[in-house]
Amino acid sequence: MQYSEKVMDHFMNPRNVGEIENADGIGTCGNPVCGDLMTFYIKIEPRTEDPDEARIADIRFKTFGCGAAIAVASMASEMAKGRTLTEISSMSRDDVANMLDGLPPVKMHCSNIGVQAIQEAVKDYLKKIGRDDLAGRIKGCPKKEN
Amino acid sequence: MSTEWNVYLDNNATTPTDPRVVEKMIPYFHEISANPSSIHGAGRRARDAVEEAREIISRLVNCRTEEVYFTSGGTEADNLAIKGTALSQNERKKIITSEIEHHAVLTTCEHMAKFGYEIVKTPVDQHGIVDLDFLSKSVDENTLLVSIMHANNEVGTIEPMGEITRVAHRHGAIVHTDAVQTTGKIPIDIDALGIDMLSLSGHKFYGPKGIGALVVRRGIRFEPLHHGGHHEKNKRAGTENVPGIVGLGKACDIALAEMASEEERIKAMRERLWAGIDHNVEDVRLNGHPQKRLANTLNVSVRYIEGESMLLNLDMHGIFASSGSACTSGSLEASHVLLAMGLPHELAHGSLRFSLGRFNKDEEIDHVIKVFPEIVRKLRAISPLYKDKSGRH
Repeated sequence: MQYSEKVMDHFMNPRNVGEIENADGIGTCGNPVCGDLMTFYIKIEPRTEDPDEARIADIRFKTFGCGAAIAVASMASEMAKGRTLTEISSMSRDDVANMLDGLPPVKMHCSNIGVQAIQEAVKDYLKKIGRDDLAGRIKGCPKKEN
Repeated sequence: MSTEWNVYLDNNATTPTDPRVVEKMIPYFHEISANPSSIHGAGRRARDAVEEAREIISRLVNCRTEEVYFTSGGTEADNLAIKGTALSQNERKKIITSEIEHHAVLTTCEHMAKFGYEIVKTPVDQHGIVDLDFLSKSVDENTLLVSIMHANNEVGTIEPMGEITRVAHRHGAIVHTDAVQTTGKIPIDIDALGIDMLSLSGHKFYGPKGIGALVVRRGIRFEPLHHGGHHEKNKRAGTENVPGIVGLGKACDIALAEMASEEERIKAMRERLWAGIDHNVEDVRLNGHPQKRLANTLNVSVRYIEGESMLLNLDMHGIFASSGSACTSGSLEASHVLLAMGLPHELAHGSLRFSLGRFNKDEEIDHVIKVFPEIVRKLRAISPLYKDKSGRH
């Protein structure tokens, strides 16, 4: 099994690691049983309910997992920064894998959960501002991985 | 990151071939390269080399020379033992093994279920020792074979083979043991332990890859899996791997001379490595039996972080270890051995195996002790499961 140079770079030097105090949204995906778990914290600006206007101004994460999981979280955080909530809702896990120049096939499912975790954080934000209707439209994390 | 270090701590996966073994093998590729089945002088010289190696192996495990059958390695020996005994009879339909076997035994046993065999897996305790009460209750007149490893490859726990054979023999079951992790590392007296069949592998103790043996005590019936010529008394057809056999013999020869002193030296290094980790990293757990364990094996679980991410970081520092965590082996399951020992999934995923060997040096252990705490600190800093003792995140 071989990781790409980009995976190794993000694994050894993960971007946006940490937590955000009073985050606007927090989202978690995965669990320690399958060996991968990540939690994202986001700050939204402007804090509007219009998903075409509201953007991810800041993003931080923490990960328990293998090399791929850490690299996925780091890359997904970079890709999400500055994006509108509409853009976030249409991001896919394949986008992250492609930006990392691919992942080993066995890592595509369990470890590639960065986008879903960020979407969970967005849903959390939308629910907090009373827009459960919008939150319900975002895919987020499959139930069994929660 | 570049590093000068080249610290190989994965000797349970495979060992480097000892240069003395290589030297002994070289003439058998060209100078003495005839077929041992040929009756001419060149063939007889090859035959002599094969039989000399067989004799040395028999001394290492205390069996008769004619009880040694050469195979391509441990996996073939395990297959031959399990399938060979099954094919030789029709009466008994139960095979008992353990939950912590190597896949060479586990998968082979599971395969036999397709042919009407009942497969029973004996559980183990927290240290990885098989449950003798369970075994005792499971063995019956229908039991053909009890196949339990001599020592476990992941955690190093050594199984009580003498007691296992006593229990199994009460009902006339045959006892096979996968001894690839113990051969050449600890003394094996197959006679005293009462073992009927034993698998060994060259490359696990500084011999070449592609050669191993199944030792079968006199009177134990088994059918061959390879048919063809009359090699190995009709039990394993195929021209003998003469250089490999010679190399295996030499590896046994060296083990006979050096095993005791090497065990002591390696154990001291292993204990120093564990002390270095235990003193400098909080929340670590030693996996395997505290005493009844191979001297070279150190399996640890590091709480809050995952094994592969530790391995990759160690790799960057020129340290080559292994992980029971799945990520490395390509499946996503946590180690079946650690789970059988009752570890929760997080701890099983966060495990690392350092397996030391003949060519490790003290300064290599110092290097690991130096870099490992920093690797753990770095990974814990990004782990959502870790809150440090000061209460800060």
